[in-house]
Amino acid sequence: MNGTSLWMFRWRKAKNFGMNFFALACLILAVTPLVLIFTYTLLQGLAALNLDFFLQMPKPVGEAGGGMANALVGTGILIGLGALFGLPIGIMGGIYLAEYGNNPFGSTVRFMADVMSGVPSIVVGVVAYILVVLPMNHFSALAGGVALAILMIPTVTRTTEEMIRLVPHSYREAGLALGIPQWKTTVRIILPAALKGITTGILLAIARAAGETAPLLFTALGNRFWSTAVDQPIASLTVFIYDYAKAPFEDWNRQAWAAGFVLIGLIFVISLLFRFVTRSRYAQH
Amino acid sequence: MMQQQEVTPGSVVVTGDGAAPGPIAGLSLAPGSSRKRNVGDFVFKHLTLLFAVAVLGLVFLMGFEMYRGSALTLEKFGWKFLVTSTWDPVLDEYGALPFIVGTLVSSLLALLLAVPLGLGVAIFLAELAPPWLERPLSFLVELLAAIPSIVYGLWGIFVLVPLLRLTVQPWLSSHLGFLPFFQGPAYGFGMLAAGLILSVMVLPIIASISRDVLRTVPDLQREAALALGATRWETTKIVLAAARSGIFGATLLGLGRAVGETMAVTMVIGNRADITASLFNPGYTMASVIANEFAEATNAVYTSALIEIAFFLFVITIILNAVARFIVWGMTRKFRTS
Repeated sequence: MNGTSLWMFRWRKAKNFGMNFFALACLILAVTPLVLIFTYTLLQGLAALNLDFFLQMPKPVGEAGGGMANALVGTGILIGLGALFGLPIGIMGGIYLAEYGNNPFGSTVRFMADVMSGVPSIVVGVVAYILVVLPMNHFSALAGGVALAILMIPTVTRTTEEMIRLVPHSYREAGLALGIPQWKTTVRIILPAALKGITTGILLAIARAAGETAPLLFTALGNRFWSTAVDQPIASLTVFIYDYAKAPFEDWNRQAWAAGFVLIGLIFVISLLFRFVTRSRYAQH
Repeated sequence: MMQQQEVTPGSVVVTGDGAAPGPIAGLSLAPGSSRKRNVGDFVFKHLTLLFAVAVLGLVFLMGFEMYRGSALTLEKFGWKFLVTSTWDPVLDEYGALPFIVGTLVSSLLALLLAVPLGLGVAIFLAELAPPWLERPLSFLVELLAAIPSIVYGLWGIFVLVPLLRLTVQPWLSSHLGFLPFFQGPAYGFGMLAAGLILSVMVLPIIASISRDVLRTVPDLQREAALALGATRWETTKIVLAAARSGIFGATLLGLGRAVGETMAVTMVIGNRADITASLFNPGYTMASVIANEFAEATNAVYTSALIEIAFFLFVITIILNAVARFIVWGMTRKFRTS
C-alpha cells in the first residue's frame, strides 16, 4: 500500500510539473508571433522611413519615392472630427455613469457601452455611410469622422467613468462638507483630479481610432491628392497601407511598412503613457 | 488656482445661473439627497443624463438605420438570403451563404487554436507567475492587443502567406493530405491563413479576460485546496472549475472579435465566394465582402444586400457580446458578494 501511494504521489508531482510546463509553453507560443509581428514591423518600418515620407506627396503609379504627407494630415483631420463629435458624448456620458449611474439605467448604459465596443468597425462604417454619405451623395471626411466618433464613444465613456471613480471619496466628501453643491464639486474638484487619467484615456481612444481602416474605406474613401476639405474624400494612413500592401510595386510596399511603423509607434507611446498615468494614480492610495 | 481654470466649456455657462442658491442650500452630506434644492445640480445631472441617453440611443440608432437600409433585400429575398449561395450583382441575385460559412469556418479555426493557448497563458499569468513577471507580461499581452488590424494584415501578406505557401502547406499536404481539409494547390492566401491570423489577433483578448476571471476566484479556494495537500495543478483545476462560465464568456468575446474582424482577414483570405472543405482554398467572410464591394456597389439592391450582411453582423456581435459580458459580470458579482 505504501508503494502505491508513493507511486501516486510521484505521478501527481509529475502531472503538476507537466501542466505548469504546458502553461509556460502556451505563454511562449502565444507571445512569440505577437512579438514577431511587432519587431518585424519595427525593423521594416525603420528601414523604410525617411524624411520624404512625412513631407512629400504620393508619386504617380510606378514612380519611386514620394511620401504620405496628405495621408498624415488626413488622418489628423479624421481623428480631429471624430474627437469633436465623439468626445463630448463620451465624456459627459462617463460623468453621468460615475456620478449618478448607480441605478438600473446606469447599469444599462454601462452594459450597452461595453457591448457596443464589440460591434465590428466595418459595421460602424456602414452606419456612417447611411447617416452621412447617402444624404450628402458623396464620400467625405465628415462621414469618416462620424464613423470614428461612434467607435470612440464606448471607450471614452468607460474610461472617463473609471478614472473619475479612482478619485478618492474623501475629495467629494470634503467638497460637500464645505457646502459646495454636488455639481460644482464634480466640475471643480473631482474632474481636475481625474483630468490626467481622462486625458490619456482619451488619447488612447484617439490613437486606436487612428489605426482603424475598415470604417474609412467607404466613408472617407481615400485621396491621392492634397485635400483638407471636410466635405470631400480625404486620404488616411491606414487606407494607404491597405492600397499599398496589395500593390505590386516594391516601393509602395516599403511605404506601407513605414506607415505601419508610424501607426504602431503612435499607439504604443500613448499606451505606455496611459499605463504610467493610471499606475501612479493607483499608487496614491 | 490653475485647477480652477480647467473647467469644461459646457459647465461654465451653467455657473452663472446655478451658483447663487448653491452654497446656502447644499448642506446635506449624502450625494443625491440635495438634488431638488440646487438648480445647478438639477441642470448638470440632466445634462449628463442626456449624453448618457445618447450613448444608449446610438446602439438603437445603428440597428434601426441598418434595418431600414436593408429593407429592399429583406423584402425581396427574406430568409432565403441566408441559405442561398448565388452572389450575382449583374442579375441582382444575392445569397450570403458563402460569406456566412466563411466567417464561421475562419472564426472557429481561430478559436480552436486561440482558446487552449489563451487559457494556458491566463493560467500562467493568474496562477503561476510571480508578480514581478506577471505585470510586464500582462502589459505586453494588452499592448499587443492594440496593434491595428491593418498591421496584422500587412504582416500576413508579406510574412505569413509566403511561409504557408512555401513551407507549411506543402508539408501538410504531403503528411496529412488524405484529410479533406488539406487538399488542393497551395496558394498561401486562403482560409488557413485567415484562421491563423485571426487566432493571433483574438488570443490577447481571450488570455486577458480569462486571466481577470481567474483572479476573481477567491484565494480562500486556493488556500483550502493547498491546505488539503493538493498540488499546484490540482488547485488550478479547482479554480478552473469555479471560473468555468467566465472562461466561456471570454471565449464568446473572442468569437465576437473574430467574426467582425475585417482588414487582416480581407488581406489574406483570398476573397472568393466558394464553399469548400479544404482550408487551402480561398474563401470570403461577411466582413470582407462588405469591405471589398461596398464602395463599388452601384445599384440599390446591391447596396441593400451588403447593408443586410452588416445588419446580421451587428446582430450577431451584439448578441455574442451581451451574453459574454453578462456571464463575465455575473461571475465577478458572484464572488464579490460571497
